[in-house]
Amino acid sequence: MTLSINQPTTTADDVEQDLLRFLKQHTKKSWEPDVDLFASGAVSSLFAMQLVMFLEKNFDIAIGGDNLTLANFRTVNAMTALVRRLSDE
Amino acid sequence: MTDDQVTHRLGVLGAGVMGTAIATLAIGRGVPVVLVDVDESTLERARTEVAQQLRLAQLMGRLPRTGAVGELVTTTSLGDLAEVTDVIEAVTELPELKAKLLAEVSAVVRPGTLIVSNTSAIPVDEMAESTARPEELVGIHFMNPPYLIRTVEVIRGPRTGDRAMEQVTSLLAAFDRDGVAVGDGPGFVINRILQRMINEAARIVEEGKATPEAVDAVFQGCLGHCTGPLSTADLIGLDNVVDSLRVLHERTGDNGYEPCDLLVAKVRAGDFGRKTGRGFYEHGEALS
Repeated sequence: MTLSINQPTTTADDVEQDLLRFLKQHTKKSWEPDVDLFASGAVSSLFAMQLVMFLEKNFDIAIGGDNLTLANFRTVNAMTALVRRLSDE
Repeated sequence: MTDDQVTHRLGVLGAGVMGTAIATLAIGRGVPVVLVDVDESTLERARTEVAQQLRLAQLMGRLPRTGAVGELVTTTSLGDLAEVTDVIEAVTELPELKAKLLAEVSAVVRPGTLIVSNTSAIPVDEMAESTARPEELVGIHFMNPPYLIRTVEVIRGPRTGDRAMEQVTSLLAAFDRDGVAVGDGPGFVINRILQRMINEAARIVEEGKATPEAVDAVFQGCLGHCTGPLSTADLIGLDNVVDSLRVLHERTGDNGYEPCDLLVAKVRAGDFGRKTGRGFYEHGEALS
């Protein structure tokens, strides 16, 4: 698998594509950006922790404090917004 | 609830699955921890695991996301426990090992320090025999993982003092856990029943009468259990299950507790459950 790593020009679209690829690789199915990952039952909170670590490593951000809540990882859209917000800080 | 002013400094003995996760619970609630193990590489792994577990618990809203996190110190020296207010012993479920360690630790800590054993099945009064001050020893049976499961079994031995029970109440309040007090004896409540149930479930699989999936499915579907006995066994660790069964078998003489061949074979093969990636089920890479 190839992933774009820490490019300064990371766009929301890149984030979304990377996330969709990561999800497909780990859950063996395709996802829409607005689907609730946890409601489907296919994704556990342990996997949510892997998402946290993936986002931190791949986009060079630190997710802590009040940002460390399941709501931020519920959909690809929510994660994309989180990455953009933390990248701007 | 009581004694909010008490400042706890916790010593944890053993950086295995339970010791590590108890350290996570404590620091996540702002209680500083000195974690002791004989093996430096085990301690190194524990530091990484505590950091990950803390974030998992925060992510799930089970530990506070903001506020003070307790300091974690790891050491191979029991002498570093001299200043703690409470000690929780969480080493391997081998009676001789626990007895030796409890004797050593009660000689190192100040009199009046609460000593807790997180034993699965050894009677508190049997271990009290090894300590310098039997009135200071209490059993707390934490479930795995303790930073997610609120309720614990609290075991008062016949020689446990009132002061130790007050200290336990204060410690559990600091951890935001709910203790249920039960009497002393092999396996207390949970493991007297659960270990036998796991053993019988494994025997059914051994006899080819049902798959692990089928055993767990009937407990979940018919009785409404969150997880079936063999999933639970994989979570506990089959090594601990076999050790606990032996403790129970030796102390009760009841052959229902004699670990069945399948359990013993899995442990011999190094298949301990989640912590090694395989037990009754495949778990992929080892988690938590």
